[in-house]
Amino acid sequence: MERYLFYFFALLIIASALAAVTSRKMLRSVIYLLFTLISIAAVYFMMDYNFLGAVQLTVYAGGIVVLIIFSVFLIHHIELELSMAKASRKIWAALFSALGAAGVLAVLYQQPFTEATTPATVSTAQIGDALLSTGTNGFILPFEVISVLLLATMIGGIIVAKGRPTSKTDAS
Amino acid sequence: MIPGVHLTDILTVSTILFFIGVYGFLTRRNVISMLISIELILNAAVVNFAAINLYLYPEWMQGTVLSLFIIAVAAAETALVIAIVVNLYRLLNSVEVEDLETMKH
Repeated sequence: MERYLFYFFALLIIASALAAVTSRKMLRSVIYLLFTLISIAAVYFMMDYNFLGAVQLTVYAGGIVVLIIFSVFLIHHIELELSMAKASRKIWAALFSALGAAGVLAVLYQQPFTEATTPATVSTAQIGDALLSTGTNGFILPFEVISVLLLATMIGGIIVAKGRPTSKTDAS
Repeated sequence: MIPGVHLTDILTVSTILFFIGVYGFLTRRNVISMLISIELILNAAVVNFAAINLYLYPEWMQGTVLSLFIIAVAAAETALVIAIVVNLYRLLNSVEVEDLETMKH
């Protein structure tokens, strides 16, 4: 049962990702991206990664997609069709991607993975302990670096989006 | 672990997702569409981290924590790109990559 559910979500991921990169309309492409992200969150929930699935839903499907939709509304007319690349370039890109995927999959299917037999679930408390621990398997340093990165991004985003200051003589 | 699903199945899905993102990045001529392709590529990487951690090393949690860090970096990157795009549109009235040549040479 869960196997077929996984195959269903895998098909949904791939189909909506393909639609997201080939759709001619900007907003539709963002909505297809939303479907992909939600299907990936469903796969996380099936793998018992509850916290990771929740973060995927809130940050990606809730935050990033809303940001992209806002910028699409600010910039595009809804009916505007996107200009696409030339056909020859599309063919070369498709060939390159297919070759890359075939190479990676060929290596992947030759690799003998010894899968662990004991199923383990990671609880949210364990993740919190690991993020704040200074011990052997602690992640306190990258955690702090990420917080500095987010602060720098916030300041940089404000400064970049503000643009150059408008002079007082400017009528606009 | 998903019963009846092997690690290779999940890695196949994430590989295909990654190369769909690469295809989109190579063919799209619009900054926001290229951002969408980058999101697909990053998501494929996150799925890889989570699946390999679960199936091969379930006693460790490096993959889970690194997935969270990748999501945080992706969110920061998206916010910056949106700021740059809004500013570009204000300056040039366009977000097509052909028009963005102010910093060439």
